Formats: sequence, structure tokens, C-alpha cells
Amino acid sequence: MSEAAIATITPTPAVAARSFEAAKDKVSVRDLRFYYGDTLALKGITLALETRKVTAFIGPSGCGKSTLLRVLNRMYDLYPNQRAEGEVMLDGENILSPRQDLNLLRARVGMVFQKPTPFPMSIFDNIAFGIQLYERLPRSEIADRVEAALTRAALWSEVKDKLRASGLSLSGGQQQRLCIARTIAARPEVVLFDEPCSALDPISTSKIEELIDELKSDYTIAIVTHNMQQAARVSDYTAFMYLGELVEFGETAKMFMAPADKRTQDYITGRFG
Amino acid sequence: MNAALYHRRRRRSRIVMVLSVAATAFGALWLVLILGTLVWNGAAGLSLAVFAENTPPPGSAGGLANAIVGSVILTIFGIVIGTPIGILAGTWMAEYGRYSPLSTVIRFVNDILLSAPSIVIGLFVYEILVVSMGHFSAWAGGAALAMLVIPVVVRTTEDMLLLVPNTLREAGAAIGAPRWKIIASVGYRAARSGILTGILLAVARITGETAPLLFTALNNQFWSLDPNQPMASLPVTIFQFALSPYADWQQLAWTGALIVTFAVLTLNIVARVLSNLGGSK
Ligand SMILES: Nc1ncnc2c1ncn2[C@@H]1O[C@H](COP(=O)(O)OP(=O)(O)OP(=O)(O)O)[C@@H](O)[C@H]1O
Ligand SMILES: [Mg+2]
Repeated sequence: MSEAAIATITPTPAVAARSFEAAKDKVSVRDLRFYYGDTLALKGITLALETRKVTAFIGPSGCGKSTLLRVLNRMYDLYPNQRAEGEVMLDGENILSPRQDLNLLRARVGMVFQKPTPFPMSIFDNIAFGIQLYERLPRSEIADRVEAALTRAALWSEVKDKLRASGLSLSGGQQQRLCIARTIAARPEVVLFDEPCSALDPISTSKIEELIDELKSDYTIAIVTHNMQQAARVSDYTAFMYLGELVEFGETAKMFMAPADKRTQDYITGRFG
Repeated sequence: MNAALYHRRRRRSRIVMVLSVAATAFGALWLVLILGTLVWNGAAGLSLAVFAENTPPPGSAGGLANAIVGSVILTIFGIVIGTPIGILAGTWMAEYGRYSPLSTVIRFVNDILLSAPSIVIGLFVYEILVVSMGHFSAWAGGAALAMLVIPVVVRTTEDMLLLVPNTLREAGAAIGAPRWKIIASVGYRAARSGILTGILLAVARITGETAPLLFTALNNQFWSLDPNQPMASLPVTIFQFALSPYADWQQLAWTGALIVTFAVLTLNIVARVLSNLGGSK
């Protein structure tokens, strides 16, 4: 489907951009192989993330979920000896190309990690930092953006009286929401979540799930999770990975009701993994 | 349970403990003796004149004002020249060149520099600066001290930045921050107290150094703030006065030693407190 879309558009960039706004797939991955040194961790993955939908990645530990996510914003580029082959198209441009500007890419593809990672600065600055990277705004507007992001991340009411306090002074769940606020304040197009709730209590978890559901009206979202219920609750599409391969990929409802592959079925019913 | 074995081990443990305590006490005793002698001999000469008057010719009254101010100036030179170089080099090693074989080589060389006898550094600066300028100067003294500062600061900066978790760097990168911005706003901030501690330790190290100044800043009997001229410093003055046959010079040497020791002690304590503050966060 996305190939058809790519084939029919005219080459002028302006037109191309407009066509892609309507395009179904924000990100499409084709035949992606990933190496840690000589170890092949992803063995030819092909899938697409649909625009403004949530795609969940599930699979047993070590199957390559995080690795795949870290390709989508080229986070792996921070380390030597890690390399990706194949094609990852973001709005029709191959982000694996060596010409890709990594900072701009990561500003468009945000990421929230398993462990909360507040910067060692105030709550306000944690969020203002990302906003000010690519925009020069008056102080008042920055304050508005910070408030909007914190509100969106369901954190504003808890921190509005202590914006000057260190981000590290918050609880784990609050820190994670701070990180989400920080990510969306920078206005990315895609947000990647790598097990965002695995260190959190049930209440914080449900807050973040609600948040993800709310965010998908504006962002294309990918989430890695070990929690089948969570995948079923938040995602529109689910990808089941196993040993570096994509075993099954499809609509979440369908996949959980009637998985096509035996391994998927075993995994989601808890028989292994 | 084997009671005999247990008792044997208990006895052995006790013996080791007694030996350790004795060794600690032995070390501490000398420290107390040194400090005690210093205070005993140095405090006698402490007066306002020490801080107000310049070093006297033998046989007349005077103080250490020019030496104290000279020491402060030379230390500032050393820190101002050495710290930025040290921080930048440490940053390169921990951040940009972390996986580069070159940084391993530089770390090795830096460790050699860290333990290089300071007299060698004094001679080196003498050769390249004093000889080519044709005279001793505070500039040369500052340069020699800077060469002592650099390896300390390189080492602590690198170590402290390496302690900053990679997840924090990734988090910075994940919102599109360029590398330098991540280092400046996240890395330095997280490593700040450690780096500051390193600088203070470097200050403490150079305030007591004599050898690198002997061949570079030399000494000056008079009040001088001109960096192009030889400059007095506490360690060199102590060195000169302590070896002299004149009683009043010897007294000033003791007093100078007391001042230097307490300055260094205070810096060390401040550095310790700072690093504890950073560690408990
Ligand atoms: N830095 C690394 N160096 C070498 N191999 C790695 C590295 N990171 C991951 N791997 C390997 O790549 C494979 C995929 O790892 P990945 O972290 O993507 O798994 P995952 O699906 O996210 O697992 P989990 O659910 O435990 O987070 C694993 O076999 C792992 O051992
Ligand atoms: Mg993972």
C-alpha cells in the first residue's frame, strides 16, 4: 500500500510533502537487518507504522524490540560497531541514508525510555530545554508551551507549584510523565515508547496508557511492552517478534482473537516468553 | 559447625584488626606531629605584619605579603590556563573520543604526566619559556603550574563524565539535542560537583609546589604584580628562608608553612564536602 503511494506521487518536494500528509504510513521499514558487531539482531524486518495510530511491539526478551525502536530514530548511531542495513522511510525519505541529519531526525522522532531520564535541572527547564533547541521564542511563550506539555502529560496539577524544583525530586511515575511531556513539547511527529510503564505502579501505568491513547490524535506512536493487556488496550496494530524476526503483524483485535501463527498464539496466551 | 575452626578464624580476624588499627594510628600520629610542630613554630610568628609587609632583608623585620599575593597570582594563572584545557581534553576523551584508540593513548600519557616529578616540569618550562624570554617571570611560573593542573583536571573531568549514565545522553539525543548541547547542558550539569572538586584539588596541589617555581617565577624580594618579572611565592620563600642561617627568616618560613598548609587543608575539606554533596544527590 505504501509502495503504491510512493509510486504515484510526483517528484516535486512540495507536492510530495502534501501527498504524504495524506499517506497512510508514516514510517515504513523494509528488509531491515541490524548488527551488533557481527551479531545479527534483526533478520530482515518489513512493516509500517500507520499515521496517527499506535503500533505495539511484543515478543520475548531479547527478540529485538528495543533494537528496532532504536533504529527508527537512529539512536544506535551513538555507538560504534552498531549498524543497520535495509530501508527505513519516514515520510518517504530513507532515514538510514548517511546524509540524514541525526539531530533533526530525532527532533521529529521522539523517544521515551524504560527508566525515567529527567535531566539534572528544574522541572521547567527539563521541558524548556527541548523547546528551545529548534525554536527561538519569547519567555512567556515558552512558559505557555511548558504548561501545555505538562497539562497534556497529566502532570501539570501536580507540579504547577514547584516548577523550579529539580526534575529528580519527582516520583518515578511523575518523572516518566515529565519525560513524556518533554518529548511532546519538542513537537515530534513520531513518538517511540520503550516499555514506558515497566518501572511504574498500576495507577501511573493507567495514567500513561490514557495519555498514549490521547496522544495518538496527533502523533504516530510505537510502543514496546511485555504486558499483553497493555498491548491490547492501547494499540491499533500489534507486531509479534521472535528471535530477530517479525513473526506476525496486524490489527491488534484480530491478532489477539485469532493469531495466525502458532508461536504468536503461544506467546500471547503465556505459554512461553 | 566446626567450633575450633570458627575460633581460629575469629582470633585471626582480631589480630588483623589490631594490626590495622595500629598502622592507622601510626600514620595519624605523624600527621598530628607535623601539624602540631607547624602550629607550634608557625603560630609564634603570626601577626598582622606577616600579611602587611614584604619579605625583609636578613636582620630586619618584615612579613610575607608579596609572597602570599604572588602565590595567589601564580595559582590563578595556573588554574586559568590549565582548567579550560583540562576540561576540554577530558571532555574529548569521555565524550567524542570515548571509543577511539587515541583516547587510550592520551589517558596513558596523562597518567604519566599526573605522576611526573614537578621539578621536571619546572625544568621543561625553564627551557622553553625562561631561556627563550631571557628572564624569569610570573608567566613562566603560571605556565609550569598549569602543566600540573592539566592532568589532574583531565583525569577528574573524564572520570566524572564517564559516571554520567548513557541513558541521560540518549535522552538528550532523543529530543534532537546536538552533541555539544547534551554535553554542556546535561553532562556538565550532572558531573559539575565532581569536576569542581577536581579543580579544587588541583589548586591544592599547586599552592604547595616549590620545584616548578624555582626555575620559572624564581623569587622576588619586593612587591611586584608584573607578570613579566620574577614573582615571589610562599613555597619558594619558605624554601629560601628555611635554609638560611637567620633566625627571623626561619621564623617567617615556619609561619609561611603554616599558612600554606592551612590553605591546602581548607581547599581539601571544601573539595571533600563538595564531592559529598554531589554524591548524595
Ligand atoms: N549493545 C548491545 N551489544 C550487543 N548485543 C546487543 C546489544 N543490545 C542488545 N543486544 C542483543 O540484541 C538482541 C536484541 O536485543 P533487544 O534489546 O533489542 O531485545 P528486546 O526485545 O528489547 O528485549 P527486552 O524485552 O528484554 O528489552 C539480544 O539478543 C541482545 O543480546
Ligand atoms: Mg528492550
